[in-house]
Amino acid sequence: MTLGLINANPVVHAKKERIARVEDSHADDAVDPLEIYDSVRDIRDPEHPYSLEQLSVLSEESITVDEKLGRILITFTPTIQHCSMATVIGLCLRAKLMRCFPPHYKVDIYVSPGSHANEESVNKQLNDKERVAAALENPNLRQLVDECLYSNEL
Amino acid sequence: MSIMMPGMAKASSWIPHLEAYVDASCSPDKQVASIDAIAALMKSDLLTVEALVREMEMYLTTTDNVIRARSILLLSEVLACLISKPLDSATVHSLITFFTARLADWQALHGALNGCLALLRRKSNTGAASNSDARLLAKSFLENIQVQSLAQYDRKLCFELLGHLYDWFADAIIPLADDLIFGICDAIDEEKDPQCLILAFHLVEKLVRLFPDPQGPLGSFAADLFEILGRYFPIYFTHPENNDVGVKREDLSRALMCAFGSSPVFEPYVIPLLLEKLSSSLSLAKLDSLKYLSHCSLHYGADRMTKHVKAIWSSLKDIILSSSEELIFPFEQEHTGSQNDEIIKEALLCLQKVMFQFGSSDDASFISLVVEDAELMMIMRSFSSDRSYADIPGDGRQKLHALGSILSISAKVSISCCQNVMKSFFPLLMELLGISSSNLSCNPISEGIVAETKKLNFGALYLCVELLAACRELATGLGEVAGQSPQAQDMWCNMFCNYFGPLTGYLGSSLVVIGNNANKEAYAHIGAKGMETIATISGCFVRGLKAVYESILVLFMSIISTQSHDKFLWHLTLKTVVKIGKAVLKFQDSDNMTSFMSIVIEKLIFLLSVDDAIIPLPLILEAISEISAAGTSFLLRVIKGIEEALSVNFSHTLVRNSKNSEILVNLLLCYSTHLLPRLQNVDVFEKVALRFLFNVWDQMENPVFEVPSQKEDLLDAIMIATRTTVSGCSPENQGLIVQKAFKVFLSSAFLQVKETESWLTSFKLEELAQDFSIFSHRDEWVISLFASVLISLHPQTPIPDVKVILNIFMTILLLKGHVPVAQALGSIINKWPLKVKAADALIGCTLDEVLEVIFERGFQTVLCLTKPCGSIGSIQVHATVGLGWIGKGLVMRGHEKVKDVVMLLLKCIRLKKLGPENGQDFDDLVRRSAPDAFRLLMSDSEVCLNKKFHATLRPLYKQHFFSTMMPLFLSSIKECESLATRAIHFRAFGHVVSETPVIALVTEAKKLVPILLESLSTLCEDVLNKDLTYSLLLVLSAILMDENGKETILDNGHIIIALLFKLVPYPHMMLVRETAIQCLSAMSLLPHPRIYPFRPQVLQTLSKALDDKKRAVRLEAVRCHQAWASTARSLHF
Repeated sequence: MTLGLINANPVVHAKKERIARVEDSHADDAVDPLEIYDSVRDIRDPEHPYSLEQLSVLSEESITVDEKLGRILITFTPTIQHCSMATVIGLCLRAKLMRCFPPHYKVDIYVSPGSHANEESVNKQLNDKERVAAALENPNLRQLVDECLYSNEL
Repeated sequence: MSIMMPGMAKASSWIPHLEAYVDASCSPDKQVASIDAIAALMKSDLLTVEALVREMEMYLTTTDNVIRARSILLLSEVLACLISKPLDSATVHSLITFFTARLADWQALHGALNGCLALLRRKSNTGAASNSDARLLAKSFLENIQVQSLAQYDRKLCFELLGHLYDWFADAIIPLADDLIFGICDAIDEEKDPQCLILAFHLVEKLVRLFPDPQGPLGSFAADLFEILGRYFPIYFTHPENNDVGVKREDLSRALMCAFGSSPVFEPYVIPLLLEKLSSSLSLAKLDSLKYLSHCSLHYGADRMTKHVKAIWSSLKDIILSSSEELIFPFEQEHTGSQNDEIIKEALLCLQKVMFQFGSSDDASFISLVVEDAELMMIMRSFSSDRSYADIPGDGRQKLHALGSILSISAKVSISCCQNVMKSFFPLLMELLGISSSNLSCNPISEGIVAETKKLNFGALYLCVELLAACRELATGLGEVAGQSPQAQDMWCNMFCNYFGPLTGYLGSSLVVIGNNANKEAYAHIGAKGMETIATISGCFVRGLKAVYESILVLFMSIISTQSHDKFLWHLTLKTVVKIGKAVLKFQDSDNMTSFMSIVIEKLIFLLSVDDAIIPLPLILEAISEISAAGTSFLLRVIKGIEEALSVNFSHTLVRNSKNSEILVNLLLCYSTHLLPRLQNVDVFEKVALRFLFNVWDQMENPVFEVPSQKEDLLDAIMIATRTTVSGCSPENQGLIVQKAFKVFLSSAFLQVKETESWLTSFKLEELAQDFSIFSHRDEWVISLFASVLISLHPQTPIPDVKVILNIFMTILLLKGHVPVAQALGSIINKWPLKVKAADALIGCTLDEVLEVIFERGFQTVLCLTKPCGSIGSIQVHATVGLGWIGKGLVMRGHEKVKDVVMLLLKCIRLKKLGPENGQDFDDLVRRSAPDAFRLLMSDSEVCLNKKFHATLRPLYKQHFFSTMMPLFLSSIKECESLATRAIHFRAFGHVVSETPVIALVTEAKKLVPILLESLSTLCEDVLNKDLTYSLLLVLSAILMDENGKETILDNGHIIIALLFKLVPYPHMMLVRETAIQCLSAMSLLPHPRIYPFRPQVLQTLSKALDDKKRAVRLEAVRCHQAWASTARSLHF
């Protein structure tokens, strides 16, 4: 682990106000980007007590979903180019989605093009089933991910 | 050596406490305990103060600083505990002399201060310090103590000590004047702790109160004192909001403000400082300065303030005019609570206070400053160029608003101010609007049409309306004080009433101006407000302006009657008319009231009778009900008008049988639900109600009257009206109504088949069935209305021939299944008097006898029929409905006969099937309708048997019913074998349980939960039971959440989990799925060893729920998943 913070002074954005949805009592509610965004926006950043939403790592527009094919695509933007936390953030996203959505969805997670120095390797690592499974077996990583997902610090 | 007295504690028993306290190495807890122990001995007179002091002599006088300080502190603490214990004056004197002397001992100062304070706090009835002691103490304090060199806690003690001297020993310390003031200055100089500061500020206030004379000792010290105090302004407070100091910035600021305002001698120093800070860029400083300024100027008095007036006016004006934000007009709903707003609000408040101070004196200097201000005049003139609202730029609007508030506040101060302001500004405004004194005689309305075509000067209009509103407010205030003031009358007549005519025209065209939205709304609001103001001024305060007042009302009414398509304008107008109506009523001017009545009310009532009015009926009724809310005299007229319309429509609809009953329904609903309940006066209400009811029954009696078919909504409306009117009457009047209704009821065609008396003898239902088949619509109406009357009676109201009524009603109920009749039966039973007087011939029998008749002749025979004949099946269904309502009446009064009802209904459920050939469907219907009777029995009804309809209510009747009937249910469920019967049982059980309060259920949880679970798992099989399933699931979740239900839940853990698994995919109702998952979440909080075995299955079920169609269920599933996943330390998915 590196000593000191990788991005010591991140830019913090305001949280967007949440609008309660008007429930239609008869129609089915399809899974939409907002629902996915709602489930991941509060994930805490691995090194700061801010949510991914506040650090502008994620936005509703960066999420697409195709319910028929059962695919979810998330593109996120690390706060700085050489952020070594990018993989942890990706892992958190994946872990959270695994818990919130049924297993028949195929989830793709990418860093947004040009936002990271090792873009290709990060993308490869995040979408490799075996490596994700292995990472989640690692007790240290597992603890870090859980802290990010269920933190009360926000 | 100490002298032992009988009854005294031995020295050896308390010396250890003493030693423990003096020993610095002892733990704080122990030290506190030892003080308590000694104090307890002294309180119970086992130890005297002398004995304690004598024994402590060595400690108190030793040269060891630590021990001496500790022992003095001990003595002071003990004295602090003995504040309410009487001590003789010699003891108090010697103690205070001792502590006073110790003030010079800096090493033991804490104890000494503490001791002095404890002694000063004593009340005279238990032995207090004398004045001479106090003076000596004060002298010693001033000589020996350097307050600012002490620690925070000691400083606080010092200030408290001084405060006590001021409060209770003022006479003793006044001679010390100069020393005292100097000492205080010295003591509070440079103080920084908030707690000490707040005391210090209070000290200054008290000090000033001691020396009120400005020429006295304080005068010479004022400059010094202010120099010390002035540094703290404005209070800058760095402690966080929720600090543990217990002092807030506001408290400190207020204390300093009181200190500033405590004496006029501070005036030469305070006011310049405040004025300087007013121009500060720090908004906090500005805000505080404004608050202080209004406080201080009130306390210093007008004489002293006169020289500052100019400076104050110019600073306040700058603040009010220079607010940076675009100010939002009051009619635009959004409000930003920014600090800037607050400053302006405070500045206006300050202006108002200062003006009041000068307005009440003859000195007119302040108002002349306002009136002659060149800047204000310039702003006003600038509005001649920007004419329409949309053309005024943001800062222009803000300036306009500021100017409006300044003028309005100035005009509100007094009559002379108002005259001044009006004289200087009003003619100018009129000029800007293009109303010159030459065309004053114009007819307002025709002028309105002319004005519509040109652009309206919004700025001038706004200011004009603000000024008029201020005048009205002033007049209202004066009117409340001393009746209608002749001065006010003169003022208005001379000055501006001539302008009212054309101005009204101008405002009228502003109200209906055509334009884009924001523009239009702004103009409409201004127009409405202006017209309302002029109407109330001309209608309430100034005589001779009737034409203006009436023309305004006419204009409003023409909008109301023709412009209903413009919702915004219509509602605005209506609201304004209501306001005018309220004002007219408040000022009780008969002339104006008559105008209002004839122009507004009569017009509305006239609209009711017009067939092809432009405005739809519901809107007319809305207008009528809003306006009649203004006052009783309008209400009475309106009620009369509606009654006329009702009787016309009655004959239209009923006699001529016209198709359209909608008008009548609307009228009836408005009449009974909006107008009548507003009648506060009982006598008037009853008169109106009786008139209405007799009218209705006369119509029923009228042979010409034809009952329309298929007019259920009309019948419902009449029934609602009947119920509300009857329930509001007194028992005597109800008696009259019942008599009348009963007469009409007996004359119904269907009852002619038998003699009235013969209803009392027994008869066969089958025979009657034939006669009842001729049941006409008219009969149905009469029965329903009669039942509605009976439903709403007081228990005291006598019912004629009640036995006959009961018999007839029973017959109708069984043959026709008429619901209002069943409700009426339930009501009668519920209100049956407990004890029947022998003389009471009308009733003549007890409730038990009546019930016996009802059950034996009616229900028992019907329900026990084993051979179906004719329509017996449907009779049985009707019987269960009747049992439901009658049972409800019994349950509510807590009567034990309800047991019979329950038994009968349970019997219905267990009815044997009669075989396929004998109408199996009917059979099933009966069995199915019995559980519904239980729902009627338990649920609350809007229509009858509630507080509004005077039902007899026993407290906690639902709990009572539940706890007495539950064993019956449980055994009945146990006995039945067939699955289908069991399912019906469960429905009945479900209805009862879901309506019972949870507290009652939890106490019975042990017996209840297994059945509850079984019924849930049975009921969820059938779609028809989905609502019941949901309510039972809610009951289960309530038990789950209750602390007392835990044990039972644990015992049935695996059954509950299995049931919830069944309900999580429940396809028919989203709420059931959601609640089931919530229950699962609640289960995860139970002790882990017990629930751990279920974990894998739960997680598996939930992962299916993640794929639910509804989002709410998915989110709940995620939450629940997390709750269960975290029950184990390592997370496996």
